[in-house]
Amino acid sequence: MKKLMLGNEAVARGLYEAGCSFVSSYPGTPSTEITEEVAKYDEIYAEWAPNEKVAMESAFGACLAGHRSFCGMKHVGLNVAADPLFTIAYTGVNAGMVIAVADDAGMHSSQNEQDSRHYAMAAKIPMLEPSDSAEAIAFTKLAYEISEKFDTPVLIKMCTRVSHSQSVVEPSDRVEVTKAYEKNGAKYIMMPGNAKKRHPIVEERTKALSEYAECAPFNRLEMGTSDEIGIITSSTSYQYVKEVCGDKYPVLKLGMVWPMPVKSILDFAASVKRVIVVEELDGFIEAHLNSLGIKCDGKNLFSCIDELSQNKVAAVLGEAAAAGPVLDDVIPPRPPVMCAGCPHRGLFYTLVKNKLTVMGDIGCYTLGAVAPLAAIDSTICMGASVSGLHGFNKSNGGASDAKTVCVIGDSTFMHSGITGLVNVAYNSSNSTVIILDNSITGMTGHQQNPTTGKNLKGDVASKIDLETLCRAVGINRVRVVDPYNLAECDSVIKEELAAAEPSVIISRRPCALLKYVKHNAPLKVDADKCKSCKMCMKIGCPAISMENGKAKIDNTLCTGCGVCSQLCKFDALK
Amino acid sequence: METKNIMIVGVGGQGSLLASKLLGRLLLTKGYDIKVSEVHGMSQRGGSVVTYVRFGDKVYSPIIDKGEADFVISFELLEAARYTEYLKKGAKVITNTQKINPMPVITGAAKYPEDLEGKMVAAGVDLDVIDALSLAEEAGSSKAVNIVLLGRLSKYFDFTLEEWMTAIEQSVPAKFLELNKKAFELGRNA
Repeated sequence: MKKLMLGNEAVARGLYEAGCSFVSSYPGTPSTEITEEVAKYDEIYAEWAPNEKVAMESAFGACLAGHRSFCGMKHVGLNVAADPLFTIAYTGVNAGMVIAVADDAGMHSSQNEQDSRHYAMAAKIPMLEPSDSAEAIAFTKLAYEISEKFDTPVLIKMCTRVSHSQSVVEPSDRVEVTKAYEKNGAKYIMMPGNAKKRHPIVEERTKALSEYAECAPFNRLEMGTSDEIGIITSSTSYQYVKEVCGDKYPVLKLGMVWPMPVKSILDFAASVKRVIVVEELDGFIEAHLNSLGIKCDGKNLFSCIDELSQNKVAAVLGEAAAAGPVLDDVIPPRPPVMCAGCPHRGLFYTLVKNKLTVMGDIGCYTLGAVAPLAAIDSTICMGASVSGLHGFNKSNGGASDAKTVCVIGDSTFMHSGITGLVNVAYNSSNSTVIILDNSITGMTGHQQNPTTGKNLKGDVASKIDLETLCRAVGINRVRVVDPYNLAECDSVIKEELAAAEPSVIISRRPCALLKYVKHNAPLKVDADKCKSCKMCMKIGCPAISMENGKAKIDNTLCTGCGVCSQLCKFDALK
Repeated sequence: METKNIMIVGVGGQGSLLASKLLGRLLLTKGYDIKVSEVHGMSQRGGSVVTYVRFGDKVYSPIIDKGEADFVISFELLEAARYTEYLKKGAKVITNTQKINPMPVITGAAKYPEDLEGKMVAAGVDLDVIDALSLAEEAGSSKAVNIVLLGRLSKYFDFTLEEWMTAIEQSVPAKFLELNKKAFELGRNA
C-alpha cells in the first residue's frame, strides 16, 4: 500500500525490511528521526549512544557478532566517529553494516555545512545517495547487500531535503539475516602486521565496487532530446535538474557517489557536446571527472555555498519562475529564540550581569548568543566549551579564571564534555564549568540520554549522577542551582569564580516543553506599578513585549517561571 | 496535471507540521504524486518556519521556489508578508490576522510593520484574511488554528467535506476529534 514517508522514516523502513536488528545512534538534525522511527519496530534493538563514536563502534560489534547493524548521525557526528570509520573500512564486516550521515546544506540547524562525501573517498567506503523516500528504502536495503557482498561498511548520505521531505513509498516485508561469528584475527585485529595485509584488499575492493557500479541499478542513464548538454548529478540536485529540464537533456544520475562508474561516465561524456555537473556543496563529482580528464562545468556555474534549488538550477539551465511582488516595507527577521519558560534564560542573565566571558557549546542554549542576552563568546562543536575554557584560562596564567565560564548541556556533557572536565581536573586549570541540566536532549526534539534515567524506547535505564561523576574525575567543588532563582545563581557563580580550585555548577531544571513539567499560571502586569524601565525586557523572553509604554505578557506563551518578576523593582509582574 | 504548490508558513511551535501531514494524507488518497518538505531543529524554536506541499502527476523538487506558490497559508500576518516573492501570478494567500512579535521587534531593534494587509493588497496579493485564533478558541482550543486555516483552504479545492473529515480523523488524537472537526467547519464557513 502506498504511503507518504519522511526520508528518515524511509531509511528506518529500509532497515526494518533488510533485517537489521541492531541500531545505535546519537541524535543530530537532520538525522534524528531515522533512529526514533526504528525504535518503533519491536524486531530491532535500538539505542541512543552517548556519542557517534560509541554508536559506530557498537554497531560494528553487532555486525561482527553476525547481526545486520546500523548507526545514524549528522555530518558533524561523522567527524566524531571518523576514527572507527577509517579502520572498519579495513576490517570489513561479518553481517552487513550501514552508516547513515545526514548533511545540512544551508545550515538549517548546524554549525558548518561540510560535505560528507569526502569521507567516503578518504575512508575508501562506498556511499549511496538517495534522492527521495522511495530510494531511501531501496538504497538502505541495497546497502546491506553491497556490505556483505564486498565485505565493507556502507555509507548512506542523506541531506536535509531528503531526510525531511515526505514522498510516496510502497513498503514491503522484512527478511531475517544472521551470520555466524568466527574468530579471524588477521581480518579483525588491526595491528600493523595485519593492517598492512588488509590495505591492498581495500584498494582492490574499491576497484571491484567501481566495476560493479557500471551496471548497478542505482546509477541510471536517462535519455534526453538534446545532446547539447549532458548532466551528471545525484541526490536532491537530481530533483532540481528534472524539475527544470524535464527530459530535455540526458542525465546520468549517480545513486552511488563513491566509487564512481568510470566507464559509464566516460561514455556519457563522449555522447554529449558539453558536460555539466550539478551537485550541492563541493565539486566532488566534478573533481573526479577532472581526474579522468573530462572537461566539464560545475562549480564555475553553481556555488559551493548553501543549498541548491530549482531556481538556482534554472538560472543556468532554463528559465526561473518570475518572482512574486516585493512589499514596500522592511519585514523584520524572525530568528529562533529560547522558549518562554526556558530554564537557561535565568542562568544566562546572571552570566551577562556579571560580565563574564562564556565558552558555549552545541544545543538549545546556543540561542543564549542571540540579543538581547548575547551571553556567549564562542561555539565550535560538541564538548569544545569545557576544553576551550581550560585552554583559555591556562594560557592566561590565572588572569581570566574569575571572569570566564563555560556552559554545556547535559546531553552534550555526556557526549564529549566529560573528557574536557578530566583535563580541567588533571591539568588543574582553575575553571568554572556550568552544566545546563534540563534533563533531556532539547534541540533535536527531546531525546533521552544517560542523565535522564530513560532509554530510547522509554524504559527505565541507569541514570548517571552528574555530581558523583564530577567529583570522581577530581572536581571537589560541585554545586547545584535552580536557574529560576536569580539570587541563588548569582551568589553561587560569584563564590565558585572566587574559589581557588576548579568547580562545576549544575544548573538544574527540566526543559519547559517536557510534557511532565507543570507550568504556573501566566504572570500579569500591574500597569499602574509598571514604570516602563524595561528591566524585564533584558532577558529576551518571547512572552514579554512593550505595548503603549508598558510591559505586556502574552498569556498563551508565559509559563509563569517568575524570572522576569525577580528583575522588576516595582513589583509590577505577578 | 501541472504541479500545485502550497506553502504553509508561520512561527515555530504553531502547528504547521500537523497541517502538512493532514494535507499529505488527503492528497495521497486522491492518487497524486506528493512531496512535503519540512524544517526541523533550531528553526522550530520560535523562528520563521515554512513547509512546502507539492502535488501533481509527477513531483520532482521537494521545495517551492520564488514565483511558484499557488497558495500560501500563513499562521501569522508578518509571515504572510515575508513570503510574497514566492507567489505565482494569481496565487491566493490565506492568512491568520494574529500578530506575534519577533525578537528584534520585542527588543526594539525593528518595528512590526503597520497595515500589512493593505500593503499586500496594494502590491497585488489576492488576500483572504481570517481571524483563525478566535475561531480556534471558539472551537475549544487556541491550538486548533492550523485546522481552522485548513478549513478555509478547503473552500478553494473541490475535495468533498467527507474526504477532509477522513483526513482529520487520521491525523488528530480521538479525544480532540470533535474539537478539530468544529474548528475545520468554522474555518470553512467563515
